[in-house]
Amino acid sequence: MSSASTAEAEQVVPERVARTSLAHRLLARPELGSLVGAIAIFIFFLVIAEPFRQTSSMATVLYVSSTIGIMAVPVALLMIGGEFDLSAGVNVTASSLFAAMLSYQLSLNVWLGVLVSLVFALGIGFLNGFLVMTTKIPSFLVTLGTFLMLQGANIAVTKQVSGQVATDNISDMDGFGSARRVFASSFEVGGVSIRVTVLWWLLFVAIGTWILLRTRFGNWIFAVGGNVDSARAVGVPVRQTKIALFMGVGLCAWFMGMHRLFAFNTVQSGEGVGNEFIYIIAAVIGGCLLTGGYGSAIGAAFGALIFGMTNQGIVYAGWEADWFKFFLGIMLLFATVLNMWVRRLAVRR
Amino acid sequence: MTLIQMSNVGKRYGNIVALHDISLRVNAGEITCVLGDNGAGKSTLIKIMSGLHHHDSGEMLVDGEPTRFGSPREALDRGIATVYQDLAVVALMPVWRNFFLGSELRRGPFKVLDIDTMRATTRSELARMGIHLNDVEQPIGQLSGGERQCVAIARAIHFGARVLILDEPTAALGVKQSGVVLKYVAAARDAGLGVVFITHNPHHAYLVGDHFILLNRGRMRLDCKRAEISLDDLTREMAGGDELTALTHELQRT
Repeated sequence: MSSASTAEAEQVVPERVARTSLAHRLLARPELGSLVGAIAIFIFFLVIAEPFRQTSSMATVLYVSSTIGIMAVPVALLMIGGEFDLSAGVNVTASSLFAAMLSYQLSLNVWLGVLVSLVFALGIGFLNGFLVMTTKIPSFLVTLGTFLMLQGANIAVTKQVSGQVATDNISDMDGFGSARRVFASSFEVGGVSIRVTVLWWLLFVAIGTWILLRTRFGNWIFAVGGNVDSARAVGVPVRQTKIALFMGVGLCAWFMGMHRLFAFNTVQSGEGVGNEFIYIIAAVIGGCLLTGGYGSAIGAAFGALIFGMTNQGIVYAGWEADWFKFFLGIMLLFATVLNMWVRRLAVRR
Repeated sequence: MTLIQMSNVGKRYGNIVALHDISLRVNAGEITCVLGDNGAGKSTLIKIMSGLHHHDSGEMLVDGEPTRFGSPREALDRGIATVYQDLAVVALMPVWRNFFLGSELRRGPFKVLDIDTMRATTRSELARMGIHLNDVEQPIGQLSGGERQCVAIARAIHFGARVLILDEPTAALGVKQSGVVLKYVAAARDAGLGVVFITHNPHHAYLVGDHFILLNRGRMRLDCKRAEISLDDLTREMAGGDELTALTHELQRT
């Protein structure tokens, strides 16, 4: 080999390494796939569904996305920490039932019911985490158990207390107005009415991202999900970390429960079943690995946005709404394959 | 100086005797090699020293005080760090996050992670051990097995370990990478650490060891200093002594 070609090769190689490592870094972002997906779906519905283009439709899409997105944040964090919570959907209903019935039956200021139901929802989260860590049974089974228990208790207790399957209307009770302003009001931006949950959603995503990337606890979340034994060996408090993650799901379930309660004044006791999978799907589309140790809160937000856009877009396009679940299934499969491929690229040298 | 001393330590799992009557010392600036075949009790021994399990009988002295660790964290706080063969690191996490895992640096009133300092420290500490990474942000799973072990060893030394327990650090490595890891094991000893080197490879042990302990079915079979034994004898003992002679005889081709 001549010296000239050697020098040339030496110049070329570092440049190529730099280029692939930049591509690597982009691909290594867990939210990349969901961002691309969200943009594609946005453009798709923008083109085919005329009503989708109106700002009021966008506001509706954002609202629907926020009701999923607020729960998708803690569910994503829990998944990064290597666990599932199948009771998340019915915990939303349980905490709103709890607040409604406590306030109504004892004629309390609704804020008292709101605060006590926060303790209740955190308690459900703690119980899930405690059972998972103590029995070492997979969280899928433990929370399937609490899911069934809550689903049954929601309806049974509501029937027992109020004699029907929904709670009594609490809209004329003390504190309702101020609670409604916090959990379920709207505000105007340029003539478009936006629900306050959209702001809360952004705040929760920001907090979730900050926790994951900027705090010690975030480091521990990735570690307990990625390799629980090595996390334990270097002194990470695995048990406390995982229990806190389950309680985070309880916290947000309480928040969504309060939103539902103050948006509709009354709660249907059978609601919420099946939503736990929608939260998990949003997190998975957003790049969370089912096996834990990888994912992001921002990705889960894009996942929720994809959910909201598809949910509303199908209606705006004038299609049969039944197709929604079909598309959701396709997107889930697609996202999982994409994420697997991305992770292989990221870990491969 | 003796950092850890075990006297007649025993451990049972149910009615299985995992360790029986083990006595050893870990001295500063020395490499104590613990050899043994699979199931000899090597893992149980280090789990007791690193705080994952308790011993049932006998005594473990750390700095002369009888000690029973409640958790790996307690052992770490006493300066006893363990680097496990297969679980040294979290593969999907960046190198610097792995380096500081469990001992994160934080600053400010909100106790946010001091990411810049941690990245810079990781880079410089690894460079000090001869590992040059231009990107500490890459997932540690992208490094080779030997590099990962070295990162884990560098981490333990950086966080002030006085005793470094290495669980089969060379078991899954090729010849060249094993050499690199052994170099860091020797470097740790020269830095004054007491090193416990668990291995089933007598060649690797003899390259760096000052003191050899051979376990067999949970019992101590051999306990001697480097001057008292040759590599051949160590290999022979390791392979089962007389059993090997018999096997050699049996397999001998005419």
